[in-house]
Amino acid sequence: MANVKRSPWLLHYDGSSCNGCDIEVLACTTPVYDVERFGVVNTGDPFHADIFLITGGINSQNKEVVEQIYSQMPSPKVVVAVGTCACTGGVFKECYNILGGVDTVIPVDIYVPGCAARPESIIDGVVKAVALFQEKADAMDSKK
Amino acid sequence: MGKRSVVPFGPHHPVLPEPIHLDLVLEDETVIEAVPSIGYIHRGLETLVKKKDYKQYVYVVERICGICSFMHGMGYCESIEHVMNVEVPVRAKYLRTIWAELSRIHSHLLWLGLFADAFGFESLFMHSWRLREKILDMFEYSTGGRVIFSVNTVGGVLKDMPNEMLTKFVKMLDEMDGELRKVTGVFLNDYTVNSRLRDVGFLTYEKAWELGAVGPMGKASGLNVDMRQRKYAAYGDLDFTPITSNVGDCYARTDVRIQEIFQSIDLIRQAVAKIPEGPIATDVKGTPNGEYFMRVEQPRGEAVFYTRGNGSMYLDRARIRTPTFANIPALLETLKGAQLADVPLLVLTIDPCISCTER
Repeated sequence: MANVKRSPWLLHYDGSSCNGCDIEVLACTTPVYDVERFGVVNTGDPFHADIFLITGGINSQNKEVVEQIYSQMPSPKVVVAVGTCACTGGVFKECYNILGGVDTVIPVDIYVPGCAARPESIIDGVVKAVALFQEKADAMDSKK
Repeated sequence: MGKRSVVPFGPHHPVLPEPIHLDLVLEDETVIEAVPSIGYIHRGLETLVKKKDYKQYVYVVERICGICSFMHGMGYCESIEHVMNVEVPVRAKYLRTIWAELSRIHSHLLWLGLFADAFGFESLFMHSWRLREKILDMFEYSTGGRVIFSVNTVGGVLKDMPNEMLTKFVKMLDEMDGELRKVTGVFLNDYTVNSRLRDVGFLTYEKAWELGAVGPMGKASGLNVDMRQRKYAAYGDLDFTPITSNVGDCYARTDVRIQEIFQSIDLIRQAVAKIPEGPIATDVKGTPNGEYFMRVEQPRGEAVFYTRGNGSMYLDRARIRTPTFANIPALLETLKGAQLADVPLLVLTIDPCISCTER
């Protein structure tokens, strides 16, 4: 996997976000920001995904969904938590149904702060994730 | 009778930006019944009134939903203002109206894009969202935020828009007009798009009334219900008639939303022409004691904000009924008898905002 960083596929799941970060993630794929110039393609299928982009905190019902999607993704994989809620629980931290940030259920590699996270910072997070993804792929190759 | 089977739809589905789960009971390819289950985004933020005081809670309300964030804040603030008998300055009311109508344009363009994506017209999705970015630029220019810009406060608004800025916005909207007509024309006139939208997902006037459909979902079936007619904010001074259609299919719902975009531009034009000079907020002292039901017309329909204060800084109860929640029964009605291939289209046709629904 010499040059996987040229075309990482991205999976987006909405945890319990308010939608603000989700529409900003989608805005990243549209003409003004256009992450496809980095080879990033938005996919709906966990089996095809390399980068897991998750917005919003974790609640008791979506906990299993997030765990399942994460386990369905092939290694190497990188998890990006987008938005304050995904990082820590944010403004909803004290709500009875919020368990916390994404790192309460799956390991997170990159944290993108902001409420809502701006497309520029999301792209910055994704670019960092791509570099990390190549690193992980190289590490896997060298073990063979 | 064919063999019946149950197909799960969601919670993670490529066409949905947000998770909702539907169990579709199918007979061959035809949907017999759809059973929804929600709760994937439930946070329980209504209980936060116990932990945040009534002024801090504005910021929580604005995070019910990132798309109509401004209108949630406005509805809650107006509700509290009624409880406390606060008279909001006229300029603040006009500013609220302008931001609210900009939010409506942004929300409808967002929906048009997602809808185009649902029927597989990728470039139309891109064009709708490209136009939407211009509205977001206006938000950023006037408030600093793109989607959640927190300018509401109990007693008025936090930021003013100078008159030059307002006239500039009107000019920008006028310049967008040609492009908007071109893009929305594809939804209304294109042969392929029409074949997906026309005669799909009928909702009759009687059913819409019975199931309590709100917003464009009801308006497209002939329900003349628009909360802006109740003259909150500055809508009392502006001249408009709600847009309705008698057809009740997916095409009619698209048509109603597209016409609402142009209506919103017209409302902004009227508001900018009439906006008076003056302060933008009054100082609010004291604590809310009493209750009020505030009804606001959001892009998706009527939202209800109930607040009850007990004379302390913390409210007793805040209850928010959002439009998508009201439209789910209507969605289930349109799904009956639909083809499996049309399901994503029909789910999108109510303009679902799941984070509103579940709060």
